[in-house]
Amino acid sequence: MTRLSCRLVIAAMLAVSLATAAPVAADQYSAVRLEMVRTIEAISEQVSGGATPTRLDSGVLDAMRRTPRHAFVPAHLQDLAYSDRPLPIGYGQTISQPYIVALMTDLLRLEPHSRALEIGTGSGYQAAVLAELGHEVFTIEIVPALADQAAKRLSDLGYDTVRAREGDGYFGWPDAAPFDGIVVTAAASHVPPPLIKQLKPGGRMVIPVGAAFMTQQLMLIEKQADGTVRTEALLPVSFVPLTSAQ
Amino acid sequence: MPLLAAVSLLSLAAIAYEILLTRLFAITLWHHYVYMIISLALLGYGASGTFLVFVKHRLIPHFGTSFAVLAMLFGVTVIGCYVLAQRVPFNPLEVIWDWHQQLYLATMYLILAAPFFAAASAIALALAVWPGHIGAIYRADLMGAGAGALGVVAATFVLPLEDCLRVIAASGFGAAALAVTRERRHWAAAAILVVAVPATLAWPAAWLAPTPSPYKSLSLALTAPEARVIAERSGPLGRLSVIESPKVPLRIAPGLSLATTLMPPAQLGVFTDGEGVTPITRSTGDLEPIGYLDQQTSALPYHLLDRPETLVLGAGGGADVLQALYHRASHIDAVELNPQLADLVRHDFADFAGRIYDHPAVALHMAEARSFVEASRKRWDLINLSLLDSFATSTAGAQALSESPIYTIEAFQAYIGHLAPNGMLAITRWLGNPPRDTFKLFAIATAALRANGAADPAEQLVLLHSWNTATLLIKDAPFSRDEIAAARTFARDRQFDLAWFAGIRASETNRFNRMAKPTLYDAAVALLGPARSDFIANYRFDIRPATDDQPFFFRFFRWSLLPHLAAMKGQAGFVFVDAGYLVLILALLQAIVLSGIFILIPLLWLRHEQRVPASGWMSVALYFLLVGFAFLFIEIAFIQRFSLFLGHPLTAIAVTLAGFLVFAGLGSGFSTRAAARWPRATIILAVGAIVAIGAGYVALLPLVFDTLMGWPLLAKSAVAAGLVAPLGFAMGFPFPLGLSRVAERTPALLPWAWGINGCASVVSAVAASLLAMHIGFTAVLAVAIGLYGAAALLFGRLRGAT
Repeated sequence: MTRLSCRLVIAAMLAVSLATAAPVAADQYSAVRLEMVRTIEAISEQVSGGATPTRLDSGVLDAMRRTPRHAFVPAHLQDLAYSDRPLPIGYGQTISQPYIVALMTDLLRLEPHSRALEIGTGSGYQAAVLAELGHEVFTIEIVPALADQAAKRLSDLGYDTVRAREGDGYFGWPDAAPFDGIVVTAAASHVPPPLIKQLKPGGRMVIPVGAAFMTQQLMLIEKQADGTVRTEALLPVSFVPLTSAQ
Repeated sequence: MPLLAAVSLLSLAAIAYEILLTRLFAITLWHHYVYMIISLALLGYGASGTFLVFVKHRLIPHFGTSFAVLAMLFGVTVIGCYVLAQRVPFNPLEVIWDWHQQLYLATMYLILAAPFFAAASAIALALAVWPGHIGAIYRADLMGAGAGALGVVAATFVLPLEDCLRVIAASGFGAAALAVTRERRHWAAAAILVVAVPATLAWPAAWLAPTPSPYKSLSLALTAPEARVIAERSGPLGRLSVIESPKVPLRIAPGLSLATTLMPPAQLGVFTDGEGVTPITRSTGDLEPIGYLDQQTSALPYHLLDRPETLVLGAGGGADVLQALYHRASHIDAVELNPQLADLVRHDFADFAGRIYDHPAVALHMAEARSFVEASRKRWDLINLSLLDSFATSTAGAQALSESPIYTIEAFQAYIGHLAPNGMLAITRWLGNPPRDTFKLFAIATAALRANGAADPAEQLVLLHSWNTATLLIKDAPFSRDEIAAARTFARDRQFDLAWFAGIRASETNRFNRMAKPTLYDAAVALLGPARSDFIANYRFDIRPATDDQPFFFRFFRWSLLPHLAAMKGQAGFVFVDAGYLVLILALLQAIVLSGIFILIPLLWLRHEQRVPASGWMSVALYFLLVGFAFLFIEIAFIQRFSLFLGHPLTAIAVTLAGFLVFAGLGSGFSTRAAARWPRATIILAVGAIVAIGAGYVALLPLVFDTLMGWPLLAKSAVAAGLVAPLGFAMGFPFPLGLSRVAERTPALLPWAWGINGCASVVSAVAASLLAMHIGFTAVLAVAIGLYGAAALLFGRLRGAT
């Protein structure tokens, strides 16, 4: 029993140890990173349908090839950084599955040098991917420790076009509004009205739906030129319901 | 006498521990995993039989000491194993990617099996040592269990869960002390009690406090700076945690229109077991700050009805009552199941909530929703059922195992029957994607309308949705043109979509809140037309209307989903499946395999040692399997039936579960005397009585329940107890009669038979839930009656084991 309890304690300690990963030379992981992007391409062909694109934008995929995801996960999980799965980053938060990050980035359809807002910085990976695409990114994190870690990590990795702060994302970032695209990674019972207001006409907002580790559905919100709003629920094609009409 | 008291106390403590563990782990994990972990831990009962087959001969000469050691082991492991299991880093959300999680899960139930193993071994040892008193010992066992089930439910109202754990552990030591007192070793009893004090009290409270998974909604809410728990209530219906988050306020407004700029005012969040948040909204009586309540899909009926007399089912933190007050409902009957939740709104946070439950237009009723309606003679203009459980919970399929008597065809018939002329039933739920709840609700509504005699249900339904909520309106008459026009205006102004009303065109749907196809409209057309059966049969999820006999509204799983999951290997495709059902299947498979091991190992050894004859053991195994299965099947099916009648799940548990155990205990005690007098006829009489009463109840109970539904709870409880008594009494016979016979003929098989019965109890509890989902509770009862019949036939063959 003693030995078992020791093992359990060690396992528990490992699972909660969330030491920030020191950036590792990019080439150490470059092969697995390329493999990750190939996996993303394969999945997008498999699950596409409706508004979910079959082929993701090549610029987005290039950004995913360049972004050192291993630097955004806890040190003890770095070997899993390029698996197509979400990983825990502490405080009940996760770094999303790479395919979902790629899809969300793609769905924003941002023109080069756009201005994007992210609610829920988490590890900072989504902000880094957007920055790799050359966008100006404003990101807000509610959990102070995560906000500090992500800001330092983004700065250390040279993502100078990302401005990160800790705070309540509900009211967006009025000083930097309006935005061409908004990503809301913190699930909510409703879309905060201030965020709709801060979205440019023609702008897009993407909201992942579902609890931690369980995000497979995305909500796309488009603001029309006349200010009205349309939403579109996206699903993997195999789960798009068949009805009597087909 | 001290021995029987010791058995009773240990049995009381073991069942109390089982129920308490369910409570504790419901706080830390999710319902379906808790069910799995505890079901498998209960196999400790089965393992006790295996253990005793091997060591019985060494323990029997030192019975008092052995019993006391096992009881003390129970006392120590009750807390120790719980503390250890809490520290296993099991995260069910990672289970499909990380094989370690399966190891952690197995570790949890192995650890938690230890206390059950210790208690069951002690009781089985007593049975083996005193074969002539099997009836009395089993009576003590069952009556202790009955008292434990009642006692722990009562205790959780008044004691913190951590202290309940200490009391249960102390009971183990108490049983140990009683066992040695029997042998007049009073010094040993005193020593045990001295050890018991540190063993139960020395545990730091912080170690015993259940720590919710960091991925539960409550944990996430507490990550906001300055967010804190400002009040907590613990009871058998769950732990309520009230969260205040001054810096990053909680803002709970499901389905708020994307066209509005209105926002909710300050709110407190009340989480039940760390999930399912219900808001307490700051209210001053001024309507302007709560204008957002008119911007949700659930506000639709107030635009079709003028100052309706309203019934709010599931009042919770008061959001729906506030919405009704905002729309100037003439009177509001608010029904809430959990008195602790209502108390928080009514007393602790009364000023914050604007004393809404004491508002002159509001009457608060503490009752279960369905039975409140069934028992009432009142009629309402609006019955509002907006039970918006946590979205995370509903997507995880955590409720798939729960029975939901509020969402069945019969329930809807009752709600519709309580509508005033031109009144409406409004139901708001999360929309979900792909839609499941909404389709099943629609299917139930159409079936209920038809059953109530509606000529064309299509004209009596309106379906509206936002991007994440759907509101279904059901009227006991066709919606008028003015009502449809008002619904259209309401939807257009808020950028909601109407998905159904009679005469709607496809082009009017799926405009603001789009899905890949106009799925909701297509489904409504299909469910209202000749394609209904095909649509239900072919839809990817199970959307067959739930009934009182199969009241599993939240079960959407279909086996045909599995290929789609396989195609999404490695991704979180399982979120589209209701994990609860799969977890149940997995629990059953594991329980069967482990039971097989526990049963076969001692058999092989006994046969190798030539302690049992070549034939006859099969009859013993089958008899105890059948009796174990049949007892649990009947108990579970009747608890479900009586829950509906008694209305409150806790009353149902108190009256029926405890009732079955206590009356079966009395039956067991009487069985020895009866068998001495009528050695051959007793089993036939007992099983004959079970079959006759069981079958009679299947036929008569619906009529009895229907007639007495409106009676006061106390009277209904007395009736239920009176109905349980004869059936429970008869069900107390077969096990001790069989065990006595085995003890006479082949005593080496006695612990084995005990273990088989323990394994059968675990497997049958899981199997009963699964069977009920597929064939309904009435059929489960029929199966149980058949099993008892087969057991009676086998009883004669237990002789063959000589």
